[in-house]
Parts: sequence; structure tokens; C-alpha cells
Amino acid sequence: MQTMFHTLHAFMLHTKSITYLLVGGLLIGFLLFWFFLTGRDDEDPQA
Amino acid sequence: MAGGHFSRGTFQWRPFHVIVGLIFLAGLIVTVLRFTGGLGTVTNLDDNNPWGLWIGFDLLCGVALAAGGYVTSAACYIFGLKRYHTAVRPAILTAFLGYALVVLALHYDVGRFWRLPYPIFVSQGTTSVLFEVGLCVFLYLTVLFLEFSPAALEWLGWKKVRALVVKLTLVLTIFGVILSTLHQSSLGALYLIAPSKLHPLWYSGYLPVYFFVSSIFAGMSMVIFESSLSHRFLHRKMDERHIRESHDVAFGFGKAASFLMISYLGIKLVGLAMDNTWQYLASSWGGWFLLELIGFVALPAFLFAVAVRDRNLKLLRFSAVLSVLGLILNRFNISLIAFNWHLPAAERYFPSWMEIVLSIFIVTLGVAAYRFACIRMPILYDHPDYS
Amino acid sequence: MSISRRNFLSWMGAGGACALSATRSGASPVQEFPGYAESYAVLHDSTKCIGCRSCEQACNQVNALPKPEKPFDDLSVLAEKRRTSAGAYTVVNRFFDASGQTVRYVKTQCNHCLEPACVSACFVKALQKDPSGAVRYDASLCVGCRYCMIACPFEIPAYEYDEPLTPRVMKCTLCRPRIIEGKLPGCVQGCPTRALSFGKRQELIAKARQRIWEHPDHYQDHIYGEQEMGGTNWLYLSAVPFSRIGMREDLGTTSAPELTSGALAAVPMVAGLWPVLLAGLYAISRRKDALARSEQKNAVAETVNRAQEETEAKLAALREKMTREKEAAISYEVKKALDEAAKQAEAGEEAEPDGSGTKSSKEDT
Ligand code: SF4
Ligand code: SF4
Ligand code: SF4
Repeated sequence: MQTMFHTLHAFMLHTKSITYLLVGGLLIGFLLFWFFLTGRDDEDPQA
Repeated sequence: MAGGHFSRGTFQWRPFHVIVGLIFLAGLIVTVLRFTGGLGTVTNLDDNNPWGLWIGFDLLCGVALAAGGYVTSAACYIFGLKRYHTAVRPAILTAFLGYALVVLALHYDVGRFWRLPYPIFVSQGTTSVLFEVGLCVFLYLTVLFLEFSPAALEWLGWKKVRALVVKLTLVLTIFGVILSTLHQSSLGALYLIAPSKLHPLWYSGYLPVYFFVSSIFAGMSMVIFESSLSHRFLHRKMDERHIRESHDVAFGFGKAASFLMISYLGIKLVGLAMDNTWQYLASSWGGWFLLELIGFVALPAFLFAVAVRDRNLKLLRFSAVLSVLGLILNRFNISLIAFNWHLPAAERYFPSWMEIVLSIFIVTLGVAAYRFACIRMPILYDHPDYS
Repeated sequence: MSISRRNFLSWMGAGGACALSATRSGASPVQEFPGYAESYAVLHDSTKCIGCRSCEQACNQVNALPKPEKPFDDLSVLAEKRRTSAGAYTVVNRFFDASGQTVRYVKTQCNHCLEPACVSACFVKALQKDPSGAVRYDASLCVGCRYCMIACPFEIPAYEYDEPLTPRVMKCTLCRPRIIEGKLPGCVQGCPTRALSFGKRQELIAKARQRIWEHPDHYQDHIYGEQEMGGTNWLYLSAVPFSRIGMREDLGTTSAPELTSGALAAVPMVAGLWPVLLAGLYAISRRKDALARSEQKNAVAETVNRAQEETEAKLAALREKMTREKEAAISYEVKKALDEAAKQAEAGEEAEPDGSGTKSSKEDT
């Protein structure tokens, strides 16, 4: 990432755009991970 | 059930229909003027006051008062407070209609309404707080639509689709809370960029927090207020369970709102301390600020507490109205009254009658749509096939 | 106007999200942003301005703006303080000294900020800072939300309120098309008194400083626009404090992006942590429900068990009693039978001759 940023605004535009995409991906990732994490909850451990 | 009641309802509600008809007519006229003559013909906006009533009321108050949706669904589905279950649907419906109308109002306010999707799909100005608001409102409207859809699907009798959507309830609720946290607070953050225009008593780095917290208790107050209206006007549509539980819900929310308002009061004071703006309290702006805080936050908080202690439903409803008015006052202060406070009186903004008419038109649209849905769909009663 | 209240940490903390995000990434990072070193600027020496409005006229012409109501040589418009509008990218205002004697003029237009609030506020990137120094506007993207107008601390952007469907935001362009061609901005070219000088920003700052240095009595020791709101590409000199010629001196030096960076930095933290928090709350409430349910189940089971035990115990008692009674009955019968037999044996011995067998059989029945 050697892009030269002349202004704080240009820097923020770049970083925030990536952050928004990242957060979108994270939210979907969280959801999938939650399913993985709780996937066996309904199986009765005693059974 | 609905059919039998309807013909009788028409007769009973004639004054309602006449008033609604008149408002719709006036709204239509303003609509035509807006889209033929431009904002200049219908509003008192000018270059110094680019945001008026349509932003201050329709957007800021509309979104905050629709917060009951995420608050109620979170209470029920995330915090597991089962007794709020009957309050979820009316609250979600209000929120959905509220947001839909906010978006409708924006079509009047922005210059080129067909470009409203631009920030999301065409050119993303991610450094703007408004981008964040736009994105979240768009996503949240979708979430609300899905959250509301089971009621409509039950009405239509599409059982399979309904079953699918109902499975998503928890995910939708969590997503709704995240989105609401973000855009409710961002509406406050919109004003962070203009410290030179907003009065120091209202300008604070905490604005986003203030907006978020106040949206929660305003949303609760709105649920209480609405349920009192439903009792009055839609009683015949409520089943026994809803009637029984709605008072519990009201008192529960009254209690929560009361405590939250006290904490809000506290963090407002912290804001003054952080910026050392105490000296402004002595000015007339200070008087106005204190009126907002004492008259419309502290007082309803106290009255809520008394109402909850005495289980006084009337007082509870009164406090709810007061707290809703308090929220509107706060949003007006930030967007209209204390904004541009440095300008001479002649350059200040006051809405034109047509702006007011359009705002009333939008609210009426919401009330009519709410009534339409409550009469036909299982909002205030459980559908016998699904309970 | 303290910095602290704009501090991102403060509201993050209160937001309760968490202190993890207290990194540099919130507001300005480690890097400094130099701006566009070669950018152009204009220095407005207000002490040289005579209020002739030639700049307004030149601006009007080069930008093909509509003809104003009163011609540009009509100086009566100076009686009222004006601001930029959709029809005028620049306006000249007149101010009087406290004595009411000396007249001051100052020209207003977009200051082409180094870190423009309008650019930071635009949610479709319709406004952009250009390497030339100009803040450009692209009407083909603009939605017409007017947030840029809210944001601009200098109250510059204007709006075509009378356009029903295609209103534009109107403001000075720094005559970018002209300066790219190597020409001067319209107003600078039109100014008869050299109150406006065009050049590289760095050079103009040096020039302004030199003027202050050479005429310390004539100028305020301040170059307006060097630092205001992070600095601007229009620079001003004045003989009187700038607030006396209608320019705000309370804007501070914090640039617009810094003002919002805190709130924007909180967004991903909320999105990143709320799901865990909420899912956790959900899990807790569910677990509580499950516990309550299993407790209830246990309680029911226990009652059932106890009831069963009781019945069993009763049954057992009954059975025992019955066996005991039966046994008693049997042993009684046995005893009786034995007794009988013994008696019979006795009787048989004694009364065999007189038929005691009948007697005994009579007793038996
Ligand atoms: S003066 Fe206003 S309109 Fe011009 S660049 Fe600065 S913020 Fe934008
Ligand atoms: S009015 Fe246009 S230029 Fe200004 S912020 Fe909105 S979209 Fe951007
Ligand atoms: S042309 Fe020059 S002297 Fe005349 S009003 Fe404009 S800046 Fe002032």
C-alpha cells in the first residue's frame, strides 16, 4: 500500500471504504461462525 | 372478521375520513408544487438554512420515534422478556411505516430523488456521516420489511414463506439492533462537522451517544403512547392476550425509560462538564436548554417513576406523551433552533405552511397505513392458525 | 472550543463499545498529510480592496452566470451584507470601523479548503479536492441533499432552490478550467487594484508574511486561511481584526475530517462487537429459559416420583398387612385343626362306644 495520500480526506476515503467492505464481510463471517459454533447445541449431550 | 367490521367501521369513522381526505388533498397540492416549482416555491429554505422541517422533523424525529421497533424486538427476542411478545408486532409495524415514510419524505427534500440510491450503488462517499446514515437506513428498512412480513404473509395465507421468514427472527433482530445503534447515533454525528454553527450547549462530541440513548427511551414512550391509542381506537381488533399484556408492557417500558432518561440527564451534564460550557447556562439559550432537560426529560422521567410505583396508567401515558414531545424538542433544537444561532434573526429559518402541511400529510399517511394494517392483519391479535 | 469534545475516545468510551479502538486509526494516523504542494491559491489583500465589484462582474462573465438585477457598477448593493448565492459565486461586502469613518471591503467566495468540510460531507463524492487546489463539484453525481451546505464553516455553497428536478449546488470553481489553460481566475484578472494575487499557495504565504513584516503597522499579524479549519487555498490579509470584516475567528484549526473521524471510527467497532454482545445476551436468556424449564421438569418428575413411592409404600404396607393377616388366619386354622385333631383323638379314645364321632362332627359344622 504505497499510495500517496495528500490529504487526510483522501486517506480516510481509502481506509473507510476498505473498512466498510471489511465490516460487511465480518458480519457475514460472524453469522456463519455462529452456526458452526452452535451447530451441535441441539444434540442432547446425555444421549 | 375484518370484513364484517369494515362497513360498520366506515360509518363510525366518517370524521376521520373527512379529515384524512382534506389532509391528503393538501398534501397532493404541495406535492405538485414541489415537483413543478422546486423547493423554493414550497419551503422557506435558503442558502444559510439548507435543512428545514423535513429534515428536522420527518427525518430526525421520524427515525428516533420509530426506535420502538428495535427496542421491543430486542427486549423480546434477545433479552428473552416473553411478556413483550404481544408488543413486538405493533412496534415493528410502526417502525417499518416510520422508516418508509422517512424515505418518502426524503424524496421531497433532496434535489434529485432518483439518485437516492447513488451513495450505495454508484459513488460511495464513505467519509461522510450521511453515507453511514443512508446505508444503515437502507439496510434497516429491508430488515424491518422482513421482520414485518410474517404478519402480511399470515394475512395472505402464504404459510411456507412465512415459516422461512420466522426462522430468521433472531438474526434479523440482532442485525436490526446493530443497524439502529449505528444510524440513530449517526444522525447526531451529522452535526459534529459543524461546531461553528450549532450552539455550544447542544454541540458535543457525545452527540452520537445522546441521539442513540434518547432514541431508546423515545421509542419506548412511543410504544406506550401507541398502545394507548390502539386501546382507544382499535380495541375491537385486540385479542384478550394483547389487552392483558399491553399494560404489563407499558409499565415495563415506563420503568426502563424512566431510568434511562435519568442516565441521559447525567450524561448530558457530563457533556457540559467536558466542554466547560456551564457559563452558557446563564444566558437565554441556557434557559431554553434547561427547559428541554428539566421540563421534557427530568419531569417525564420522574412522572414515569411515580406512575410505575402507583401503577397509574393514565399518568404513565401522559409521561409518555411528554417524553415524545421532549424528543421532538431536542431534535428541533439541534437541527433548527440552536442551529445557526449565530445568524441575525432576519436570516433565521421558520417553516412555511406548506412544509408543515407536507409533514402533517406524511404523518397522516403513516396513521392511515397503520390503521389499514391493524384492521386487516394479525397485528393486535394472534392469528388463530399460527398461535 | 476544546479539542477534547471532538475526541473520538471520549464518545467511544461513553458509547460503551470498548477502549480497544483507541488506536491512532481513529482520527489522524501517524502520517501527516502535506496537502498538494503545488496547489494554486489566491491572496486577497483586503487593505487594497476598493469595493468596485469588478471581480464580481468578471466572475459572472467567465462562469456565464445569470445577469443580476442591479448592474455591477451599482454600488448601492453594498449597503447590505450579502452572501454567495446560486447566481453569484463571489460577493464583496463593506464594513465600517468602530468610528464609522474608515471603510473596509472584503471579497467572499469558496475558500477551497485544504481539508474541505463540504468534500468530507458529500456522500456521493460529488465534491472533490483537486491537485490544482480547486474544490470541484460534479453535478452528475449530486443528489441534492445539501449536507455540504450544512458542513461548510464559511457558509459558501448555494443551491438552486427554484429548480424543481435538477438543482445544483453552486459555488466558486477557482476557475479551474482557466488556470489549467494557464489563465488567471476571472476575478483576479478583473481586479484593478491588485487586491487579488494568484500563485502557488506556499509562495503566497511567503509573500503575505513579507508584507506583514514590511508593514507591521498596516497589517494584522495574521494570515487568515493559513490555519483556519485546517487551512485554505484562499488567503486574506487585513488591517483590522478579521471579525470586524465579517470573517469568523472562532473556527479553530481542526479540519472537518478530524471532526467526524471519531464517530466514523466507532462504526466498525459497534458492528464488530455488538453481534457478540447481543448473541451472548440471547444465549444467556435462552440458557435461563432452559434452566427454568429443566428445573420445572425436575420438580414435576420429583412430585411424580414421590407420589409413586408413596403409592408403592402404601401398597407394600397393604400387601404386608394382607400377608400377615393371611398368615395369622392360616396359623389359626392350622392351630385349630391341630386342636381339633387332638380333641378328636381324645374323644375317640373315650367315647368310641357311644358314637362321639357324630358329636364332634356336629361341633365342626
Ligand atoms: S469554503 Fe466551504 S465550500 Fe469552499 S471548499 Fe471550504 S468547505 Fe467547501
Ligand atoms: S448536495 Fe450534492 S454536493 Fe452537496 S453533499 Fe449532497 S450530494 Fe454532495
Ligand atoms: S475587483 Fe478587486 S478591488 Fe474590486 S471589489 Fe473585487 S477584489 Fe475588491
